[in-house]
Amino acid sequence: MPLPELPRGAAPLVSFAPLLRANGFPVAPDQTENFVAAVGLLGPRSMADIHAAARATLAPTPERFDDFDALFDAHFRGRTLAAPAPGDDETQMVEPEDGAQTLIEPEEANESGAEATGVEALTVREFQRMDDPAALLRFRRAAPAHLPTRRSRRHRPHHTGARPDLRRALRAAVRRDGEILDLPRLAPRHAHRRILLLIDVSGSMKSETDRAMRFAHALTQAAQRVEVFTLGTRLTRITQPMRRRSRTAALAAAAGVVADWDGGTRLGEALAAFLSVPRYAGFARSAFVIVLSDGLERGDPSALIGATDRLSRLAWRILWLSPLAADPNYAPQTEAMTAIAPMLRRIGDGSSTAAVAQEVLGFASLP
Amino acid sequence: MPVRRSVAGIDGPDTLAVALRDAQYLAGEGLATAAYLALALGKPLLLEGAPGVGKTEAAKAISAILGRQLVRLQCFEGIDAAAALYEWNYPRQMLAIRQAGDAYVNIYADDFLVARPMLEALRHASDTVLLIDEIDRADHEFEAFLLEFLSDFSISIPESGTVRAQEPPVVVLTSNRTRELHEALRRRCVYHFIGYPDGAREADIVMMRASTVARDTADKVVRAVTALRAEPLAKAPGVAETVEWAEAATLLHGMGEPWPAAFKRAIGVALKDQDDLTFVAPRLDAILDDAAA
Repeated sequence: MPLPELPRGAAPLVSFAPLLRANGFPVAPDQTENFVAAVGLLGPRSMADIHAAARATLAPTPERFDDFDALFDAHFRGRTLAAPAPGDDETQMVEPEDGAQTLIEPEEANESGAEATGVEALTVREFQRMDDPAALLRFRRAAPAHLPTRRSRRHRPHHTGARPDLRRALRAAVRRDGEILDLPRLAPRHAHRRILLLIDVSGSMKSETDRAMRFAHALTQAAQRVEVFTLGTRLTRITQPMRRRSRTAALAAAAGVVADWDGGTRLGEALAAFLSVPRYAGFARSAFVIVLSDGLERGDPSALIGATDRLSRLAWRILWLSPLAADPNYAPQTEAMTAIAPMLRRIGDGSSTAAVAQEVLGFASLP
Repeated sequence: MPVRRSVAGIDGPDTLAVALRDAQYLAGEGLATAAYLALALGKPLLLEGAPGVGKTEAAKAISAILGRQLVRLQCFEGIDAAAALYEWNYPRQMLAIRQAGDAYVNIYADDFLVARPMLEALRHASDTVLLIDEIDRADHEFEAFLLEFLSDFSISIPESGTVRAQEPPVVVLTSNRTRELHEALRRRCVYHFIGYPDGAREADIVMMRASTVARDTADKVVRAVTALRAEPLAKAPGVAETVEWAEAATLLHGMGEPWPAAFKRAIGVALKDQDDLTFVAPRLDAILDDAAA
């Protein structure tokens, strides 16, 4: 059967999809089909109708509305693109030349929660390969059994559970002509608690960030629900890059997204920015929060104290891993750390990958 | 793909917007368009937006104008098929087996089936609207399971057969965006992101929802709320809070409280977080004075 001919008016509609795909929007063929049908339904009386149909059927995420509209204008209204639309993280691999290079990046390119005026000059750098793959491997093997859990609302068969399993009881009874010989039971399942990993990438943590990133990747791969953010002069969500299986690809992608490596320390402000985005604050709700930071805050510590206080009320528990806490007799020295210490479940040793792994795995069995 | 240009007398976004207005819901152009397209294309409507912008209210208004019953499924972490689809009434089945003795009894008859919202909506597809509320609270397994439901509109019950909708039911999904939904789910739906309405429309909403509020008060409240939303708050006031604040302030004003003070005393219905209250406290007077000016 020959395919029905496409109406001539539909050609520009159909050709919009490849343009979107080329710019990192996932568009499925049936979405294109819906788009064409939707435009037909609306008249279309004006360009605004086509735009409304495109937004509704092609479903761009709110973060990328501006990119989407720019592409729309370019395609349907013949306007030139003001700035090259940033692709998704698949295409955003910045090739580093000898260590570091400067890159001017539009604000939308990462999920920054902080406001910044104009375009900042930011640096991209590559993770240096470092030791201790064995600790990470051990961590990934041990993680499923040792990470903190919570009671799920689902149940599983269990011989001493509290709830009767009526479904199985009935099945058994049917097989035995209605005789009930024993009552199968159910117990609640346990699921991994959501984990929120906050990594300080400010200048004072410079020597630690590579290790922290590799740990973040191992954690994201090993646990079920992990969100990872970096805190520096601003806030960056790197969960998506970290979900890639290959560590090299994940770290390269993260290096392209995070733009404030080794910057100044505005930990309190970055944390407050994190909490002021309701969607992000939602990640912290009843989550196991791990902070990799030395807690060194220049200037007024009140922002850090206030933000940690709020975080501690949202979170299940906070584990603060500081490279300064390697000494077992470590006691917080700075004003900020002294003030927030009571809000944390534990301040642990963050001085090596093995120590971090041990702290995280041992957290669930803390007395 | 069955495309119906007119559904229950609604033949375009404008007619739908008018009908929604009659049902006490002021929809923006984008929402009216997306909702109309969802009805006409027979696809689910996915509404995202911050809490309190009227996602659930939109579903209620749509069910009201279509003259259909709203069947609501509130999602939660760990929601499973027994809570969303159906469950057998095991005690009754057990009793039926015992009572029947040697006689034949079909314990998988419809009498023993407890229909949950999704099955209910399929069985009465032509006179219900299914609202799947806060889908972002459910886990990924449930989302995957929804995909199947939303593409075929059928549920197979192993013991008794497949229930299929006579026509595609009207389905509205809402999400607060506490997590990203799967692309495959977004793809199957007509999508709309509800933002906060602009000042004039929000004042219209206040006037429509709150009977006792004067237009002038509504404008003031909306200006104050708009200023509050510009602050980095943990929970910015939604449209519902705007309406309540206007009503609360009007009530206090009726008891003899002068204007800016009435707003200030009623702040508890707009900001419901101690941290936010302490955060804006130093500037609250200025914000309210600006709004009242």
